[in-house]
Order: sequence, then C-alpha cells, then structure tokens
Amino acid sequence: MIRVVLPAHLKMHANVNGELELEVDGAVTQRTVLDALERSYPVLQGAIRDYSTQRRRPFLRFFACERDLSHESPDAPLPEAVANGSQPFLIVGALAGG
Amino acid sequence: MSGVRILVGTRKGAFTLESDGARKQWDIRGPYFAGWEIYHIKGSPVEPDRIYVSQSSSWFGQQIQRSSDGGKSWEPVGNSFAYEGVPGTHQWYDGTPHPWEFKRVWHLEPSLTDHDTVYAGVEDAALFHTTNGGKSWQELSGLRGHGSGSHWQPGAGGMCLHTILLDPVDPKRMFIAISAAGAFRTDDGGTTWRPINQGLRSEYIPDPTAEVGHCVHRLAMHRSRPNVLFMQKHWDVMRSNDAGSSWHEVSGNLPTDFGFVIDVHAHEPDTIYVVPIKSDSEHFPPDGQLRVWRSRTGGNEWEPLTKGLPQSNCYVNILRDAMSVDSLDACGIYFGTTGGQVYASADGGDTWSAIVRDLPPVLSVEAQTLK
Repeated sequence: MIRVVLPAHLKMHANVNGELELEVDGAVTQRTVLDALERSYPVLQGAIRDYSTQRRRPFLRFFACERDLSHESPDAPLPEAVANGSQPFLIVGALAGG
Repeated sequence: MSGVRILVGTRKGAFTLESDGARKQWDIRGPYFAGWEIYHIKGSPVEPDRIYVSQSSSWFGQQIQRSSDGGKSWEPVGNSFAYEGVPGTHQWYDGTPHPWEFKRVWHLEPSLTDHDTVYAGVEDAALFHTTNGGKSWQELSGLRGHGSGSHWQPGAGGMCLHTILLDPVDPKRMFIAISAAGAFRTDDGGTTWRPINQGLRSEYIPDPTAEVGHCVHRLAMHRSRPNVLFMQKHWDVMRSNDAGSSWHEVSGNLPTDFGFVIDVHAHEPDTIYVVPIKSDSEHFPPDGQLRVWRSRTGGNEWEPLTKGLPQSNCYVNILRDAMSVDSLDACGIYFGTTGGQVYASADGGDTWSAIVRDLPPVLSVEAQTLK
C-alpha cells in the first residue's frame, strides 16, 4: 500500500481528507504512483501533471523520506520506505509569497 | 416572484448573491472552491440553474465545475484544453516568437439555445467549445489559425481571449476579443474568422491602424440590436454600427477613455455604462472617486453616476468581466471591484449601494434574472 499526501487545494478538489492509500502493481515510481492516483481520483488529471506532456506541473514538488524527488526521472524507483508504505509520498505546492 | 442571482468570481473563490425582485436584501453564499482563482462563473440563459465555473490555479492548473441546481452542488467536468495541431508561436512582449501554451480559461459563454453547449475563451488566446456539458472541449481552431495568430501579443494580464458575444439573431455569428490582438467575427459558426478592427487606433503598436495588435478590453451588445457593438479599448471607447466592420470613437466627455468594463442597459439599447480608470500604470479611478459613467445616446455624451459610490480615497479597479445587468423592468446594474466590493443599482445607475464589501478581489460578475 502506497501512502500519498496531497496539498490542501487538491484534497478539497478531490474531496478527501488526510493521507490516501493506493495499490500500485509492479515497480513503484512517480509515474506508477501518479497513474494509480489519477485512476482512483480522475478529477486530479491535469492538476499534478500537465495533460499534454505528462510532466510535473512547474509549481509542484515531490518529496519523500526528507528528500526532494522533484527532478528524479518519473520512472526511477521511489525509496523503499515509500514502496513498503512506511513513509508517504508527498505532493507539495511550491512556496510562494511572503 | 422574480429575483436576481449574481455570480461572483474572485481571486479566492466563487460567491452567489441572491435577492428577490426588490433587490434590497441579499443572501450571500460561498466561498465555493475556496483558495482557487475563479476567473468566470456564468449560468445558461436556457436553464439558469445550470452554471459553469472556470476554476484555476498557477499551481494546480485549470478545472471546470458545473452545477445543475443553481449552485447548491457542483461537479468537476472536463479540464483538458488541447490546441488543435501544432500550436505554433505568437509574439512575446519583446516581439520575439513564443510558443502557444494553455494557461487558463478566462471566460465561459453558455449557448443561447442549449444548456450543454458552452464556449470558452482561454489564455494563450484560443476559443474552445463543449457540446456535452463540459465533459470534453474542442478548439475552434479556425480563429487561431486564420493567419494573423503569429502577430498576436500578450497584454499585461496575458494573451487572453476574454470576450465572447453570441448573436441572438444569427446563430452562426459570434464576436470575440483578445488582448492584445483585437476583435474578430465569425459568420459560419466558428469555422472561419476575420479581424474586425478597422477604425481602431493604438499608438503602442508599430502601425497604429494595423489589422491586428489592438488591446481590446471588452465588447458589449444589446440583444435586440446585434449589429451595434460597443468596445472599451485600452484607450478609447468605440462603437460599431455594422457588426464590427468599422468602428468610430465615442469617448466624448469621459474624464479618461481608459477602462475595462462596458455594458448595455437591458431595455435601452443606446444606454451604455463604463467605469473610467486612470492609466497607464495607476489603474484606479481618477481622483480617488469611483464613478460609473452612463451615456443615453450610445456614446459621446456621458454623465457621471456617483450617488452611493465612494467619492474620496477610492483606489480600486474594475476588471473587464466584472460588470453585468439584469433584465427586470427596472434594469439592475452590478459591478465588482478589486477591493472586494460588489455594487448594485436597481434604478439603471441613478443610485448605488454595496451588496457586499469585503470579498477577495473580484474578477467577474454575472447577473441572472430568475423567473
């Protein structure tokens, strides 16, 4: 079971509270986690990854295990702690404002 | 009893303001979609309880919401806006080519005859439509591809298609406006388009009378007379008597001919309203006095309307989609400000009062007349 934390705006949009739990078949990567997320919550399509390029939207970042994974390959394996569910995969709105 | 519902889009959510026909007591609901920018919210003229919302965020992109019960509940619908073919380039601020990139929906215009058909004006400028209630959107690519697209350039707010006027007499005719490209018309339902900017003069482009490149801020028409159009341009208030084929200036005695909004009285086709704004960079009312100016002669002769509006220390702006009229017997006029006030007049503009004062900055105001 993969744990995912959404930023507040997307929790509201997807009508969820707290962490999400997702089943991911096969390798656990950014792409497979986000694919599973969008299958479970289709309203999130286009909100995390650009529709046409499927790349991370520029003002979003991906953190896990106290690391910034935003610039990792979407097909790189996520940390084992994410894959085994002991740590969440964090989708975070980039800081802006003062 | 008849009533009015005002749909308000703000920088931080949507609100609805409802009243009976007296328009004295208002029931304010919201924020809906709190924290998101609501560029536009508009109801279907065929089925007023069908309401469409453009919900966007620089972080999380574009969403479209739909209500079928007058705003009591909402459902997200399709949010994919893909340009047809290879998007190509338009001009960037410095005149260099810049690739077309979808950013947000500025304006939603529901069809006059079908509540599932809606037109969407987007940034970077293009026109999309849906015929299934927003589930999917297709570009009407003849506009962007008609030949001048590579010369369009962004205004200060971005390169946005912000105005869509549907001709109530000729269902194949529609008008749109883009900052900063100008106004365009189709006579075949959106397949082909032509620029309609003859008579416009803009000193901020290399050829002040060029076919495209003008920063049109807003168009308006009266449904009984769709060949007569009014325009608030970056500078100049303009009028066309031939469906945009030619324009002449009607700024007359306005204190400044810069502004964003322009609208037409529901029952008097020659009564029009603007809110002059000081520019180039200030973008607030002259002398800190918020004044709507009304012309009863279709332009040129204007009178200031001040009763109930702040006449000192007022430095708000009124953005291009933030004025609307209802169609009750005594026409109601409404506008929203970047200071979060929504002002209303139930007597054609003679007197004004604030329905609400402390909303987030108002991006759009639409009035629905309820039977």
